[in-house]
Amino acid sequence: MELLVASAVGALTAGGVYLILRLRAFAVILGLALLSYAVNIFLFSTGRLAVGKPPVLDGYTVSDFAAYTDPLPQALVLTAIVISFGMTAVLVMFALGAYLEAGDDKVDMDGPDQPDRQIAATTPQDPESDGITFSFAPKERDA
Amino acid sequence: MNHWIIAPVILPALLAPLIAFVMRHDIVLARAASSVGTLALLAISVGLAIMAANGSVHVYYLGNWPAPFGIVLVLDRLSALMVLLTALLAAIVLFHAIATGWDNRGNHFHALFQFQLMGICGAFLTGDAFNLFVFFEVLLIASYGLMVHAGGKVRLQAGLQYVVMNLVGSTLFLFALGTLYASTGTLNIADLIVKVQESSPGDDGLIRVAAMLLLIVFGVKAALVPLHFWLPATYANAPAPVAALFAIMTKVGAYAIIRIHGMAFGPENPATGSLISDWLFVLALVTTAVGAIGVLGARRLGSLLSYAVIGSMGTLLLAVSVFDPYAMTTALYYLVHSTFAAAALFLLADLIIARRGNDWLGVQPATVQNGLFAALFFAGAIAMAGMPPLSGFLGKLMILDALRSPELIGWAWTAILLGSLLTILGFAQAGSGLFWKSTASPVSDPGKTAAASGDQAKTDTDSLPATALAIAPSMMALCLLVVLTVMAGPVTTYLEATSAQLHDRSSYVDAVLNGNTREAK
Repeated sequence: MELLVASAVGALTAGGVYLILRLRAFAVILGLALLSYAVNIFLFSTGRLAVGKPPVLDGYTVSDFAAYTDPLPQALVLTAIVISFGMTAVLVMFALGAYLEAGDDKVDMDGPDQPDRQIAATTPQDPESDGITFSFAPKERDA
Repeated sequence: MNHWIIAPVILPALLAPLIAFVMRHDIVLARAASSVGTLALLAISVGLAIMAANGSVHVYYLGNWPAPFGIVLVLDRLSALMVLLTALLAAIVLFHAIATGWDNRGNHFHALFQFQLMGICGAFLTGDAFNLFVFFEVLLIASYGLMVHAGGKVRLQAGLQYVVMNLVGSTLFLFALGTLYASTGTLNIADLIVKVQESSPGDDGLIRVAAMLLLIVFGVKAALVPLHFWLPATYANAPAPVAALFAIMTKVGAYAIIRIHGMAFGPENPATGSLISDWLFVLALVTTAVGAIGVLGARRLGSLLSYAVIGSMGTLLLAVSVFDPYAMTTALYYLVHSTFAAAALFLLADLIIARRGNDWLGVQPATVQNGLFAALFFAGAIAMAGMPPLSGFLGKLMILDALRSPELIGWAWTAILLGSLLTILGFAQAGSGLFWKSTASPVSDPGKTAAASGDQAKTDTDSLPATALAIAPSMMALCLLVVLTVMAGPVTTYLEATSAQLHDRSSYVDAVLNGNTREAK
């Protein structure tokens, strides 16, 4: 049981980290999903692994604590699932937006001072040409 | 139980959906509601600060569950100070956003702004580590929206990078909390202080892992090298008012380190020892250096200010890493200072960039109001770099004084002093390029330049002189720095009491777990 849970957490984390390091939007989203599964299982196991035991107390008289399982990690996992679900949705929207605007799905971007050679090429009159400047124009929303 | 403690969370939480659902088509109404809400938050936070000033720890039991089982909000001097700082900054930033029309360049600025305030205030008030995670998520998800406010290709790319970075951070936070719960069986901060002290040696390893994981998570927020690389791209590409509001976001990371590591994993703790202190000191040294070098090497105004923020976080965390009362006092003073200094500079940069048309630091024809902007930038740069007479100087002086012990002085003084020198050089270089050399070129007619560039959007407002209303917010931030300098004595006295309270763990624990709200020394 311990070995199974531990190796599941390990495998999911390893896969998640590998996918995040691919630095392409789709792979990163999948990687973050894998990582959140890993962390959910991990959180679940922090209340110690117990099979077939209820997380609710039967009345207020507790005779044997070993007959119950810790309900708190289950509540934490539930919260974590909801948050990671919402965050994944937000991330997908961001990735789509960035992909549609930029035309590629790279997650990392060049440093803010890059590329140096374009400074000379970019005249102050044409600040938009390198695409690095602030965009102050109101964005036309193309429906 | 005083219900005002939860007001800084409830008020924006109620206002934000109202703005999003009812007022989304009426910008005037949304502006009015958001302004009233922010001013009310300011009034509440002043009230809370007065309430906390007598030194008692006020505890709010959510749902009236007893302490280690339910979630608690804790108001002590530090929380009250941070909430007040947030409310002041929010008022200034909101003023700027409305005066420059930033809030009208995309949808839902005010709703997201209020959600952001809810998350930040909640993070400062909570006394529960998992609740801290939840409030982190609230402030992050609002900041994702604010970050890409008004859209644009580069901003969306920077936003995606920022989201991914913070989602990985959130996952690590959950791993850390899981480890902490597995080893101590609690997530309440007061209970954690007790349980970590009493932990059996067998759990020491797990506790150390959890403490380090938490340091990484908060390091991401606080832009601690090597976890700082998201910051320049984010701050330089975020809308200016948002970048100014983000000045408090790095401080959320610093606050979490002060609160959790300072109280539960400090050097006097047998389980962690000087582990956190040592790592934080070294990383903060490197952060100071990276910030200073970044300032010197920056080619854009946005990245110049971003690296200045990183450098100031390094200096701040250097003082935090000592974990002693006097150093904490100086760290808190510098924290307040650097928040307003960064906000003033980001707001000012917005006005400058709007008139220059881009934010490259090279020589360009002078814009309208060159002299005024130069003077304001000069004042902001003095504050940021830590030169007299503004509060940056006092803050750095006190931090140097706090880091005077023989084993620290060599590294810390070298990093801070050399870092300050490089920062001064960087700002001087940028300022002379932006304002001084530019006057050598003929001053062009704003209307013609804009027409020649063919950028229709700029012709109307952006090349015109900034109105008094648009300049007022950055002036206000600078004025607050002057106030912080003039009132340095009383402020330091308050911060000394704050830091003393922070190190008086037993009364914190007593207040939260036993409900004994007694006045501290």
